[in-house]
Amino acid sequence: MPLSTVSSSAVSSHPKPAALTFQELLFRLQGFWADRGCVLQQPYDVEVGAGTMSPETFLRVLGPKPYRVGYAQPSRRPADGRYGENPNRLFKHTQFQLILKPPPVNVQELYLQSLEAIGIDLSQHDLKFEEDNWEWPAGGAWGVGWQVMLDGLEITQFTYFQQCGGIDLDPICSELTYGLERIAAFLQDVDSIYDIVWARDPETGAPVTYGDVRLAEELQFSVYNFELANIAKLWEHFNLYEAEAQTLLAQAGALFANEDASPVEKRRFPLLATYELALKCSHLFNLLDARGAISVTERVGVIGRIRALAVGVAKAYALQQGS
Amino acid sequence: MADFLLEIGLEEVPARMIAGAEAELGRRVNDLLTRERLLDVGSKLTTYSTPRRLAVLFEGVLPSQADTEEQLTGPSWKVAFKDGAPTKAAEAFARKAGVAVAALEKVTNAKGEYVGATVKRQGRAAAELLAADLPKEVLSLYWAKNMYWRAAKPERFVRPVRWVVALLDAAIVPLEIAGIAAGNTSRGHRVLHGEHSVLLPFAKSYKESLRAAKVVVDVAERRQSIRKALDAATRTIPGARWREDEPLVETVVHLTEWPSVVLGTFEPEYLALPEEVLVTVMRDHQKYFAVEDAAGKLAPHFLAVLNTEADEKGREIIRHGNARVLRSRFKDAQFFWDFDQKTPLTGRVESLKAVTFQKELGSYHWKTEANLSVARALAVKVKTASVLFDEAALLKAVELAKTDLTTELVKEFTELQGVIGGLYAKAQGLGETAAQAIYDQYTPASTEDAIPKTVEGQLLGVADRIQTITAMFGIGSAPTGSKDPFALRRAANAIVKILAESGLPLTLDDVVSSSDVDGANREQVAAFLRERLHFYLKDVRGFAYDVVSAVLAAGAGDVRDAIARAEALTAARESADFAAISAAFKRIKNILRQAEEKGFALGSPTDVKLASEAQQLADAAAALAPQVAKLREQRAYGEALAAIATLRPAVDAFFDKVMVLDPDAAVRGAHLGLIDGVLLGFSGIADFSEIVTA
Repeated sequence: MPLSTVSSSAVSSHPKPAALTFQELLFRLQGFWADRGCVLQQPYDVEVGAGTMSPETFLRVLGPKPYRVGYAQPSRRPADGRYGENPNRLFKHTQFQLILKPPPVNVQELYLQSLEAIGIDLSQHDLKFEEDNWEWPAGGAWGVGWQVMLDGLEITQFTYFQQCGGIDLDPICSELTYGLERIAAFLQDVDSIYDIVWARDPETGAPVTYGDVRLAEELQFSVYNFELANIAKLWEHFNLYEAEAQTLLAQAGALFANEDASPVEKRRFPLLATYELALKCSHLFNLLDARGAISVTERVGVIGRIRALAVGVAKAYALQQGS
Repeated sequence: MADFLLEIGLEEVPARMIAGAEAELGRRVNDLLTRERLLDVGSKLTTYSTPRRLAVLFEGVLPSQADTEEQLTGPSWKVAFKDGAPTKAAEAFARKAGVAVAALEKVTNAKGEYVGATVKRQGRAAAELLAADLPKEVLSLYWAKNMYWRAAKPERFVRPVRWVVALLDAAIVPLEIAGIAAGNTSRGHRVLHGEHSVLLPFAKSYKESLRAAKVVVDVAERRQSIRKALDAATRTIPGARWREDEPLVETVVHLTEWPSVVLGTFEPEYLALPEEVLVTVMRDHQKYFAVEDAAGKLAPHFLAVLNTEADEKGREIIRHGNARVLRSRFKDAQFFWDFDQKTPLTGRVESLKAVTFQKELGSYHWKTEANLSVARALAVKVKTASVLFDEAALLKAVELAKTDLTTELVKEFTELQGVIGGLYAKAQGLGETAAQAIYDQYTPASTEDAIPKTVEGQLLGVADRIQTITAMFGIGSAPTGSKDPFALRRAANAIVKILAESGLPLTLDDVVSSSDVDGANREQVAAFLRERLHFYLKDVRGFAYDVVSAVLAAGAGDVRDAIARAEALTAARESADFAAISAAFKRIKNILRQAEEKGFALGSPTDVKLASEAQQLADAAAALAPQVAKLREQRAYGEALAAIATLRPAVDAFFDKVMVLDPDAAVRGAHLGLIDGVLLGFSGIADFSEIVTA
């Protein structure tokens, strides 16, 4: 079958001049939600597979305290890398993640306004909320919600979080995850993520593309993730991080079970650091998986080990918040 | 007479759940109004739904219940009144009945004089009853998946409730659902109408008020308008048709409030990709309808159903956006196809070791080995019956059947497993026969689906499924009640269907014994398949329950034979003679059971000199037996049953004149032996005693 003869798009791939650049898109979303009372956080500086895994979501959704936060989160999925050759797939994509706890009654309307804010005139588009429920088994987390479809493109995952770290949430919260690359490619009408204009020189109008900024990273990390990462070392790292996390969790367990422990002692216990160690394990698992190093029999077991850490931290964190 | 309107305003409800919930809400409101005597003669229920609302309009609701009057009878008059003065008993009765003592009456009945009271109950207002009882009916609606949204989590529902309308004519019914007080304002289309509310002046204005706010609340109307719009858009391409897809129509009906359709185009080069892939991308991933030309070939167009109505400029933007998404999906599929060809299926068998079939059992590599052993055993049986097939192609198909699980294309389009394997096998020159068998391995996917086209495909389908069933039973994962997480019933249904509709010379026992299965497990699996055959005959073929039981009691091994017997029995049971024979057989069975309970021995009809009616039955049965046996052997079941029906006069005369359980043990034994012989001799086609007679 002569499939390789299919030519690339017949449609113009020149971005519309009016469309937002990648960075302007982020500015607008940040500005919009900052104006609605959100704390703007910076991306979390440990490897995560999704914005949900940042402690700004994973831990902040626990407990009764209201919180509103937004942040761009580079999200690494080693197995999704394609050496920069596939126009739609990335090893690392960027989510704009938003947590509204508790969700305002007009959360959907606010979301639609945020689309208008990034230049989408809804009267000229087709928008649907289609059922899509979300779960992260290793984090003991799930919710119900939608994928938001704009002219047939999934632009946002909208979830009402119900459980996290194996803990039923009260209040629940809404999580909005905007896929920035997809939205930018849509706004700029380009067929390849690498053709997205990331920034434009204000003097000359000369573009810096997504490819200019990130292509080398996609290529080199694909090579590392698929070919060169040392499997034995990855396991070693995994075991080391896990062991340290387990030690800390055991200490936390003793501390929070001890009625004589002082509030100060409890408050200063480094659960946030413990959580980072769990995240390290999760990322190492993804690398091992991309490397094809996780056998069938091991897989479920390893996910269970990560889950034990993540859920362990969440449970201890809930106690710490209550203390 | 009033009209009652209830509308529950929601955030977008999953499309798959709406129709069921709409019907259930109608039922619950109807039951409530009926229970509370609030429905007038000729009242009319209409239900509506969109992704954002469920609604019920009831025309002909009584504004309040009718008043009632009830007569209560209390203690005897003598006890209640002493010397004309009320006693404690009278006071207690009056209190209980809720009337004044002075209002008590004397009631005279057959037993004497008693105290009576007439209790008048004023009917309660509809608004009051609805306010009290409707909220819990709404919150009891069944949803496949629920959520919490409010603080302290007072209730669960499919999605957050955002507004409620409850009107009796123009009056608001003061009810509250999930913390939302009912009002008389609804909401229109998110974009076309905007956020301002829609006033509903009275209940019956619902449909038209919402229409003005760009919402078509009537599901049938949306369905019709979508079909018309699909037709109209397709007409712009000469000779083209949109590909009918009822489930997809239902999905888009429940995804829209104000539907319209755009026709889009993709580059014809993509038509080089297999049609199965293109259609799956369009239908399952994008919810687009495919378009075909006059010859039924896929055309480079798609139809997207929108939940909006844009101007020409907007339509162009939307068309362009959808085409862009579709193109990138096709491009992905093409990328995966090309990538997958780098490792042919034959080079993927080893990598199946990394794909779990079932945790406790092993990988798909293990599964493939097991399937091969089953397929070989089946092949031996089929060869013995001299059915022609290509054994080498069969074994190649079995060996490669699961390898497509390791391909990128199947990881992307899991619903195309098997199909992709077949397409790859063909493209990689592995032979048409093996390719077709791999392609068809998961058919029939349902009882309506067709079976694999070739003997090799049928054998692969049977081998794969029976291996799964026996292995799952072996680790204690047989289906129980409504729980069947591994869809083993569906797998067994497919086996039965393949045996029923193919020419495979295999019985259910052949199938069970081909798989590596031991003792108790084997009997369990065999019983499971028999139960599925029962289901197939009754629910798929539509045979009467008693016919199915009668036929299967006489043997369930050969599926096609069971069908032939069921057909013959269904035709035969219409005759009066046959009904009488069935009744007689049932009687025989009962008598034999009684005899056994009483410990009566069975003798032989030749032991004693029989009465003439008994002798006539013995002679008739002896004469008929070889004839019936021959017809049975020829599978001329209709004729065999007609022959058996000719026994009726002899049987009738026997039961009329002969006392079967004769006091004389020898005579009794001879009688019992006679009827036992009749029962055994003529029950080979079906156990007639199972037939329900009028």
